[in-house]
Amino acid sequence: MSSLVGTGALVRLALRRDRILLPVFIVIVAAMVAASAYATAELYPTAESRATAVAVINTATSTLAMFGPIHDETSLGALATFKIGIMGAIALAVLSLILVVRHTRAEEETGRLEMLGATVVGRQAPLTAALLVAGGTSIVTGLVTGISMIAVGLPAGGSVVIGLGFACLGIAFAAVAALTAQLTKSARTASGMAGGVLGFSYLLRAIGDASAGNGLAWVSWLSPVGWWQKTRPFASDRWWMLALLLVFALAVCVVAYMLAARRDFAAGLLPERRGPAFASKSLGTPLALAWRLQRGTFAAWAVIFVLAGLVVGGLTSSVDDFLTSPQALEFIEKLGGVQSISDAFLAVELGFMGVFLSIFGMQAVLRLRSEESAMRAEPMLATAVSRITWALSHVTIAVVGTAVLALLMGLSAGATSAAQIGDSGQLGRVVVGALVQLPAVWVVTGIAVAAFGLAPKQIVIGWIALVGFVLLGEFGALFSLNQTVMDISPFAHTPRLPGGEFSLVPLVALTAIAAGLMAAGLGGFRRRDVG
Amino acid sequence: MEAAITIEKLSKSFGSTKALDELDLEVRVGEIHGLLGPNGAGKSTCLRVLLGLLRADAGTARLLGGDPWRDVEQLHRRLAYVPGDVTLWPTLTGGEVIDLLGRLRGGLNEKRRADLLKRFDLDPTKKARAYSKGNRQKVALIAALSSDVELLLLDEPTAGLDPLMDAVFREVITELRDQGRTTLLASHILSEVEALADRVSIIRDGRTVDVGSLADMRHLARVSISADLVGAPDGLTTMPGVHNLKVDGTHVEFIADPDSLDKVLMTLSSVGVTSLKSQPPSLEELFMRHYGEDGATTRVEEAVTR
Ligand SMILES: Nc1ncnc2c1ncn2[C@@H]1O[C@H](COP(=O)(O)OP(=O)(O)O)[C@@H](O)[C@H]1O
Ligand SMILES: [Mg+2]
Repeated sequence: MSSLVGTGALVRLALRRDRILLPVFIVIVAAMVAASAYATAELYPTAESRATAVAVINTATSTLAMFGPIHDETSLGALATFKIGIMGAIALAVLSLILVVRHTRAEEETGRLEMLGATVVGRQAPLTAALLVAGGTSIVTGLVTGISMIAVGLPAGGSVVIGLGFACLGIAFAAVAALTAQLTKSARTASGMAGGVLGFSYLLRAIGDASAGNGLAWVSWLSPVGWWQKTRPFASDRWWMLALLLVFALAVCVVAYMLAARRDFAAGLLPERRGPAFASKSLGTPLALAWRLQRGTFAAWAVIFVLAGLVVGGLTSSVDDFLTSPQALEFIEKLGGVQSISDAFLAVELGFMGVFLSIFGMQAVLRLRSEESAMRAEPMLATAVSRITWALSHVTIAVVGTAVLALLMGLSAGATSAAQIGDSGQLGRVVVGALVQLPAVWVVTGIAVAAFGLAPKQIVIGWIALVGFVLLGEFGALFSLNQTVMDISPFAHTPRLPGGEFSLVPLVALTAIAAGLMAAGLGGFRRRDVG
Repeated sequence: MEAAITIEKLSKSFGSTKALDELDLEVRVGEIHGLLGPNGAGKSTCLRVLLGLLRADAGTARLLGGDPWRDVEQLHRRLAYVPGDVTLWPTLTGGEVIDLLGRLRGGLNEKRRADLLKRFDLDPTKKARAYSKGNRQKVALIAALSSDVELLLLDEPTAGLDPLMDAVFREVITELRDQGRTTLLASHILSEVEALADRVSIIRDGRTVDVGSLADMRHLARVSISADLVGAPDGLTTMPGVHNLKVDGTHVEFIADPDSLDKVLMTLSSVGVTSLKSQPPSLEELFMRHYGEDGATTRVEEAVTR
């Protein structure tokens, strides 16, 4: 039997399972990229206005770190896509790696693939099918995005390079996930590892771009995301840089296939260790179990947050050095009307931290639903544990976990920042700037709890809300949305600290809303069916 | 004494599916009660209502003198449950799962834990994701049976166990019964219920079809026989105690009442027997008695494929 028999059937099965997810994702990415590029282009009608904006962007460490530099100050397309381009590319890479793990390791872990394996399915068919689905999705997304950009009037050359770049980055991270899916037995760990590779290559690129002045530009050459960016769409259109991504994808795929051919079904390469025959004294409450289940994830987040804090804090001084032209000051002013440029930078970065914190809180709460769907809530709730106690266990991890992560990042960023500018008071200011993010984060957590309790089948509402808030924050002003609409996002009410004005009222209000949402969710869970 | 479980006219629907349709059930203190029915009959739904995991649409359910929906914490200290679908936390070892569930229930009997681990031949140091289906089932069983509780709710507890472990399970359950504990055993396997249960409730499509002790249900002891004869069978058609007779040349298939077995076999051997197979009736055959042949077969098949 050929090792690829059944690939076609598996591809059809995967497409059927994802028949809503894929079209929705593709349309949203293409529409967001094209619409945002169009709207940004509208903002800068003249060559001078573009040159000014580019000058500011290319010198502001925060934008360099987040989105990278713009290589042609006259190009409308380059300015129009410098932000949305990389965001779309990263979103596609995330989807791509999730797709691969979802259709390989996750299926093995649940045993569904075993059922299929007993029918006519070749050894390499599941991996091949998953790669075809993820690769195909990447190509279609790239294609639709490129065409949409041409349709809104952007130059064809750059639009094609962006589209091709999307496709190649998606394929590269499908390959990475194909590899990590061979390494561990757990789907969660496999996607975590692939996501870690993506995050790390984004970080390398950020360091390279933000510290190019300090001779660190080479660092972004170590990163697949960096390679993608070096295509410089609408500036020099170096599409041949994409060959690097494809060679990388091919090499990683070869290794993944070799590993897949050698390992047993449902086994990992990392060996399975034995564990204790008795539970430790402390493992006797739902909270202890929740912590046990989430501590690995939490530790990984803690490491990333501390590292990110060190980098962000360490960049503060180079921010202050940057040119003090009136245009730059005006630009910073627009960012929130704050006095110090390095404070503005820190406030922006801490705001991004708030979004990532929300992701942690969300996935911590969603454990409730995945435990329930996997039938692991049932044996717990058949013991003397009340529903509320059980639900609160994971909610506690979310609430306390986000607080600890915020504190860690505040401390690490604050410490390096204070050392850079030689002012020990900076530590406290940055820590406060990190902690004020929490009420908004908890509102998002509360939405997840409410969805779990009141609409468990529509649990995805939580993610939709978070994506919506981020889009409102990032692009609301661009599309000149009404302030009332933008105020829907809890992040809009977070004081921009350090530098901005501290105000307690929105923080208290957000916390109250979060508590209300959580109470509603827990009340709903107490009344509904479990299962 | 009040019954351990009393269910009256209990109904529960999922959308348009009626999982329970005015179900009645009474489990007496100290008995092993079999809840017997094909797949989709509503056995798991019934147990989930008793555990307060599902809220019934109508009817009443009483459990150990309490309300299963309201008195969750008090009641759950006094019972243990083995779910039909055993999934464990993949990163915990079997031993950790047993201890955790025992502690959450309010404590477990260390001596019995050790004894059960030995009898079920389970290695408690393996991570749950490394266990086979049968071993996961053993973890759930040991976790439930290690606690000193009054009531055991078991949902298809032997799924995945090999015959040897099946025998151990029967032994343990019988011992617990002899200590005065009550067991509700949901199963679609007639022979298992037959071997263990003092009384049986047969359910289908969410309704109780028949209740009684096995001695009362004489039809449970009916034997289905298929035989190849030397010549054409003679006299079987009119013989009392022979049901569902099918004759195909010299091959016969039928179900016989136990007290007519002797005569039936004499009749067969008077013709001359070349091969003979006998087995207790399947669940499906049992239902035929209640529903008549036509309607029942299709409805049972429906239930089985569901
Ligand atoms: N959560 C649920 N949602 C929808 N239908 C369900 C659910 N649980 C059970 N059912 C349906 O209810 C009926 C009874 O199921 P169940 O109690 O699991 O039967 P059994 O355990 O006897 O096999 C079946 O038709 C099943 O499909
Ligand atoms: Mg069942």
